[in-house]
Amino acid sequence: MSSANAWREAGALTLPVMFGYLPLGAAFGILAVEMGLPVWAALLMSLLIYAGAGQFLAVALLAAGAGLVEMAVATLMLNSRHLFYGLSLLKRFQGAGWRKPYLIFSLTDETYSLLTTLPPERTRDHALAWRIGLLNQGWWVLGSLAGALIGTTLDFDSRGIEFALTALFIVLTLEQARRLRRGLPFAIALATGLGALLLLPDRHLLLGAIGGATLILLGHYRLHRTAPGESHP
Amino acid sequence: MSHATLLTFIVVCALATFATRVIPFLALSRQAEHPLILHLGRYLPPTVMMILVIYALRDFRPLAEGQLNAGANGWPMILASLVVVLLHLWRRNALVSILGGTGAYMAMVQLGWAP
Repeated sequence: MSSANAWREAGALTLPVMFGYLPLGAAFGILAVEMGLPVWAALLMSLLIYAGAGQFLAVALLAAGAGLVEMAVATLMLNSRHLFYGLSLLKRFQGAGWRKPYLIFSLTDETYSLLTTLPPERTRDHALAWRIGLLNQGWWVLGSLAGALIGTTLDFDSRGIEFALTALFIVLTLEQARRLRRGLPFAIALATGLGALLLLPDRHLLLGAIGGATLILLGHYRLHRTAPGESHP
Repeated sequence: MSHATLLTFIVVCALATFATRVIPFLALSRQAEHPLILHLGRYLPPTVMMILVIYALRDFRPLAEGQLNAGANGWPMILASLVVVLLHLWRRNALVSILGGTGAYMAMVQLGWAP
């Protein structure tokens, strides 16, 4: 596949993310500038941090005059769900060579979702994964920059466009269900997701649900390993 | 705030974020073939995806605090999600499903429509 075609393929895959990242990135840029940050700081955050909720939190903490330690701890807490993403991609990213550091750096919720829903024959295509990662961050950086520079003068009524990310997650869940054809992960997700929704405050919801689901999967693994008739050497 | 202070904050935040992404790869790089890791690699992605859907729809809580409390955009969110599911089951074209659902949602939100 020629280079142009390869980028076109990755571009088509990231289109739904673009519809979400451009407006959300712009919202971040607008917020950062309104909170008194210079444009370069907003741009640098999208380049170096590259975490949606994490960046909104960072701006809020900066505005509130938080200290460095507080900032570091809050960021670690908020983004710790990424720990679990890495767990399920350990094998996938093996042999990715020079692309591996960026593949790991660019692992947002949306990029993780796209990568884990690629058809099986493409899962070892590290160049494709790298292009998807780069394009997704490109949309995010572009949105933040546009928001920081021209945000408040924009006239286009884009209210509701961020639903594109919700729609993306729904589509990817359907694709995962079609591929796996097992109810277990979805039952676990329903239980932990709704449980967290009822029991946890908003900011701990994702971590609580994903952490809880991982624990249940660990338990399921142990049961499976020790179940009679399914003995492993 | 001085530029140096601001820069320090951004770098610390960047390092903390990257740490959460890279730690599994550093700590478990030799365990990639372990059956437990393979098990998680198989089941965790669909689980996370479904959780992200629930998270994205969290503003819709019709029974929270024992009263009808759907949130400002709760019903449009649910209806637009149904549009996405139906379009996807029908055509199985990701872009069509996402554009259709997002268009429906934007229309409902901007026109202020709710049941």
